[in-house]
Amino acid sequence: MTTLNINGRDVTVDVPADMPVLWVLRDVVGLTGTKFGCGMALCGACTVHLDGQPIRSCVTPVAAVGGKKITTIEAIGETAAGKKVQRAWLDLEVVQCGYCQSGQIMSATALLAKNAHPSDADIDGAMSGNICRCGTYSRIRAAIKQAAKGARP
Amino acid sequence: MTAHTVSRRDFVVVLTATGGGLMLGWRVGDRLGVETAVAATPPGFAPNAFIRIGRDGRVTVIVGQAEMGQGTYTAFPMLVAEELEVGLDQVQIEHAPPDDKLYANPLVGFQMTGASSSVKFLYEPMRRAGAAARSMLVAAAAQRWNVDAASCRAHRGVVTHTPTGRRLGYGALAHRAATLPVPTQVTLKDPKDFTLIGTPAKRLDTPAKVNGTAQFSIDVRLPGMRIATVAASPVLGGKLGELDDTKAKAIAGVRQIVRLDDAVAVVADHMWAAKQGLAALVIRWDDGPNGTVSTADVVRELDTASQQPGVVARKQGDAAAALAGAANRIEAVYQVPFLAHTTLEPPNCTVYVRPDGCEVWTGSQVLSRAQATAAKVTGLPLEKVVVHNHLLGGGFGRRLEHDYVTQAVRIAKQVEGPVKVVWTREEEVQHDVYRPYYYDRVAAGLDARGQPIAWTHRLVGPSILARWAPPAFQNGLDGDALDGAVHLLYDIPAIQVEYVRHEEPVVNTGFWRGVGVTHNTFVIESFIDELAAAAQQDPLEYRLALLGKSPRARAVLELAAKQAGWGTKLPPGRGRGIALMYSGWDTYLVAVAEVAVSPSGEVRVNRVVCAVDCGSIVNPDTVKAQIEGGVNFGIGGALWGEITLKNGRVEQSNFHNVRVLRINETPAIEVHLVRNSEAPGGIGEPGTAVTAPALANAVFAAIGKRIRKLPLEPQLRSA
Repeated sequence: MTTLNINGRDVTVDVPADMPVLWVLRDVVGLTGTKFGCGMALCGACTVHLDGQPIRSCVTPVAAVGGKKITTIEAIGETAAGKKVQRAWLDLEVVQCGYCQSGQIMSATALLAKNAHPSDADIDGAMSGNICRCGTYSRIRAAIKQAAKGARP
Repeated sequence: MTAHTVSRRDFVVVLTATGGGLMLGWRVGDRLGVETAVAATPPGFAPNAFIRIGRDGRVTVIVGQAEMGQGTYTAFPMLVAEELEVGLDQVQIEHAPPDDKLYANPLVGFQMTGASSSVKFLYEPMRRAGAAARSMLVAAAAQRWNVDAASCRAHRGVVTHTPTGRRLGYGALAHRAATLPVPTQVTLKDPKDFTLIGTPAKRLDTPAKVNGTAQFSIDVRLPGMRIATVAASPVLGGKLGELDDTKAKAIAGVRQIVRLDDAVAVVADHMWAAKQGLAALVIRWDDGPNGTVSTADVVRELDTASQQPGVVARKQGDAAAALAGAANRIEAVYQVPFLAHTTLEPPNCTVYVRPDGCEVWTGSQVLSRAQATAAKVTGLPLEKVVVHNHLLGGGFGRRLEHDYVTQAVRIAKQVEGPVKVVWTREEEVQHDVYRPYYYDRVAAGLDARGQPIAWTHRLVGPSILARWAPPAFQNGLDGDALDGAVHLLYDIPAIQVEYVRHEEPVVNTGFWRGVGVTHNTFVIESFIDELAAAAQQDPLEYRLALLGKSPRARAVLELAAKQAGWGTKLPPGRGRGIALMYSGWDTYLVAVAEVAVSPSGEVRVNRVVCAVDCGSIVNPDTVKAQIEGGVNFGIGGALWGEITLKNGRVEQSNFHNVRVLRINETPAIEVHLVRNSEAPGGIGEPGTAVTAPALANAVFAAIGKRIRKLPLEPQLRSA
């Protein structure tokens, strides 16, 4: 039995220690907002936060989580940065099919939480691991900048 | 639960089970519709729009077209709401059930979302459905007040009797409206009175897509559901030979190994156990005759096939004679590779087979085919198969196939209870229905001034339509493979376009964002650039001079060129390329791409400026988004996209060797819209189609190297 703190709630699950967090979230806990895209940390669709740090949950075994807090797309709107990112995503109409956007939003939120005014290079660095097959990249960049602008005091 | 029909030729009106309201649709049959549109397949409802208005005033638009990012779940409600006189904020959406009679796409005659056709073909039918419903609601109010309907007006879901100011909401009128005769004719709004169509209205599907609540089919969860993952024969046509599943069965959470003749699936409690189980299987495949094939074999056969004349698809003047008499004759061979879709949501399908019925949850561009295949595999009658469509995590043509549904039902037949079959990325890349490899021979004759007097284009490749929609394959011609090629706009006196059907049975081939047009635009627009270079003329001026009869094409060329700063100087190693796209989509699109080519052959796309004339626009922001996304999709495909075969097996497997565009590689993209009231054209695929030639022409402008074979970067490195 493993106890995980997911979105502020302790959840006890009976899963193998090497099971990636992605499948624990999706298939055991029932939080399906986090997506499966590649299984090899190549596409970013599965991005969640571990104590605020973005990780690829498809390659992160549950044993590696320890006592760290997991935040998923379902709860990211409860953080200040997450809320701004979601707002900017809607304002700039970033989304097309939407399948990658959970991961995009998680990566963008982690970026803004530690870097309130990211440069284009910062955005490239934080977001190049997240594939969007619909090609919404220009709008993702613009939305991150808009969210950052909103973050200014 | 009373149901009434008004048995008129074009409509059926039904009181819905939930609360009694007005339900309206175009019909072909005479049967009753009962329940709600999604709860059961409403028999006898007709092919286009559906509207349901509850007694609570809720307006539901049931969309027969799938939402895969292209914006139908906003565009269609906009079309309905405009004529129905409700706000978009008052509308909710429902996925339509499978039904070819009700939701046929006029392009193909069955329920299909693809070919950039949804708005193009359903623009007016959706508006008519909205207008008919509005007229009935107004009539109901007029009847209630005993006044002339002409003295009433509808606005935001309320009918007002203008002289007295009396008001009734649609909810209050729904019951009465449902008893009224359906108008045989409706008056559509004058476009100048539109308040919604043509505006950048906010998408209705996005709020759920930013907080994790949007439901893709991969997110389906059912009580007692198992999860399976699958490995099909790595060689097309191969069969499952010996299988040792001892180790797989020993893995905690693995419940069952399902054998099919050409695949094996591991059924488990969760995907992790299923994946581990699959990896632990010791499988021997019987490869069959394709087990030794490589890409080079495919290309060799295409080359051989290209030596023979094809079926003539367009003939104008005597191209052979004109070529023979030309001052300068230019010939080229163009090739485009197999391409995978890599929709980010991998193929998946949940199926529950019971003795008396079957339920399917999936994301499909051909929902009625998903139903039909489930019926066929289970042996159940069609009406015993319920199919739930979902938001699609990318389509791009992949979900125009139902192979993954068929396979999931075959697996589910052997499983107790519901099972969700999810493909790994590796399975998706290696068992895709690939964009065909096309091999084209083009030739042109130029006169002494460099003007083309003859153009021949022989394209060689498989016919997707002959497999996918056999009636559409006629007289040896595949209209989809030829799309764009036969639409050549350039005013050349002698033109001949030929099609050589050559199947590539070693892999499955199918639609890939613009398939025919995407391939043909690359060939045509690269080759016209070659002619301009041969004539030592500016590529833009050269094109404009040949478009005297195509003012819309000229206008987009001029607009894009102006916005892109065409003709201004760029530093060494950088270049600007232009391309025009026109096809059966009835959209004119020009892209000007600006690239930098490194000495080692890496291409950096800095900027892409587009101008588009797609006629009447429903949502200009969606048009821009589709062009932006289409361009980005096209860049990855053009620079790196390639699926190759060795020993009958696809060599690529995941995003480390299927390179797709990422945010750090994406250019600045500008989209300039031409606004007019022409008939609406398609917009989902043009951005992809125009991109490869714009890039190839930009590479030529940058370093003087003409690339005739995609993808570009490997060619630049090997050149």
